[in-house]
Amino acid sequence: MAATVEEVWAVLEDLADPEIPVISLRELGILREVRAGVGGLEVVITPTYSGCPAMSQIEDDLRSTLEKRGISARIVTQLAPAWTTDWISDAGKEKLRAYGIAPPYATPAASTVVRFISRPAAAEPVPCPRCGSVNTVETAHFGSTACKALYRCADCREPFDYFKPY
Amino acid sequence: MSVADYLLHLADNALVLGQRNAEWCGHGPILEEDIALANVSLDLIGQARLLYQLAASRQGGDATEDTLAYFRDTHEFRNYTLLELPHHGPLSGYAHASLDYATTIVRNFLYSALMALLWEALETSADADLAAIAAKSLKEARYHLRHSRDWLVRLGDGTDESHARAQAAVDHLLPYTQEFWALSPAESAAIAAGVGADPGALKADWDAIVDAALAEATLQRPAPGGYVPEGKLGIHSEHLGYLLAEMQSLARAHPNGVW
Repeated sequence: MAATVEEVWAVLEDLADPEIPVISLRELGILREVRAGVGGLEVVITPTYSGCPAMSQIEDDLRSTLEKRGISARIVTQLAPAWTTDWISDAGKEKLRAYGIAPPYATPAASTVVRFISRPAAAEPVPCPRCGSVNTVETAHFGSTACKALYRCADCREPFDYFKPY
Repeated sequence: MSVADYLLHLADNALVLGQRNAEWCGHGPILEEDIALANVSLDLIGQARLLYQLAASRQGGDATEDTLAYFRDTHEFRNYTLLELPHHGPLSGYAHASLDYATTIVRNFLYSALMALLWEALETSADADLAAIAAKSLKEARYHLRHSRDWLVRLGDGTDESHARAQAAVDHLLPYTQEFWALSPAESAAIAAGVGADPGALKADWDAIVDAALAEATLQRPAPGGYVPEGKLGIHSEHLGYLLAEMQSLARAHPNGVW
């Protein structure tokens, strides 16, 4: 018996991200849509970064989760519109913070921001996810994964990851 | 000339620089930069994959992203010569003994400054698939620009040693950027079809980005002129062959291998 769009959503709703297991693929905005396609159900995902090495793992996780329930659906990768951290829900951002990752700010709208920047960073204060202090400094543009930067809190002295607005 | 030729030019740029930058993996001057360059390479190779997949589908036949990346030879690559050069200047002797981070940073700065503009222009390409890749890559290029620009300023406005190295890298690499503005037949055809973007329209913005950063870094821009490289026509320096030999050897030793 063919599954419905609602049933597939119910199965996939809470599937966790392999890198940040406290947040679901849906909350991250990677799992974008479940729809009835011409040849059956389609699960639409979008990559965060072009070279994100977790994408094949995410596809495998989705496929095996569906197979366990006996559901057949095609997994479709869609690039446009490009993924943005603005799609992460408020609840998702709170989960990131509780996990120790400072959640992203809203992305700057104007494309001109990059052209005449002086020294970068310091554009917005990133609150420390542990003590809440905004007395923090960027220590590196890239962190443990492509989607994060490294920060340090100057008050509690702890280093932490910042999920880059993107 | 077809759209696929233009896509290959964009893809080869991303792959060759991705491979070059990845040579720092495990050899970075500090751990954070080791990680940064690996992340930049991941983005670039990811962009290359998307572009090769699209080029393969436009070409038709048996082409795949793997045949395009691993089974074409030096003269078939269409990347800018700038991106294949080793991580050191022309006179520094031993290739292995002189991984020079200033060269790496200046090259990434010059290229990402161009791509932050070119991807933006390609967001409105008549080819909807290319426009989607452009929108995705634009965000990455902007971040790469931010990273390399920050380091350009730190090195240029740093110690006497870092300043001298950054200035030498600018003097060595900036002339290679003349290739950005000399249209290839593939670019002209793509622009005429509404698929490609005219780099000439971006030059004033690119100059503004470069000049502002160099001024902040207390570096001088060398006088324009000199040899205009023709990498995107398939005429490369002697360095690309070595890079491809290393990158392609595994795939060629085990053709059609999967795991």
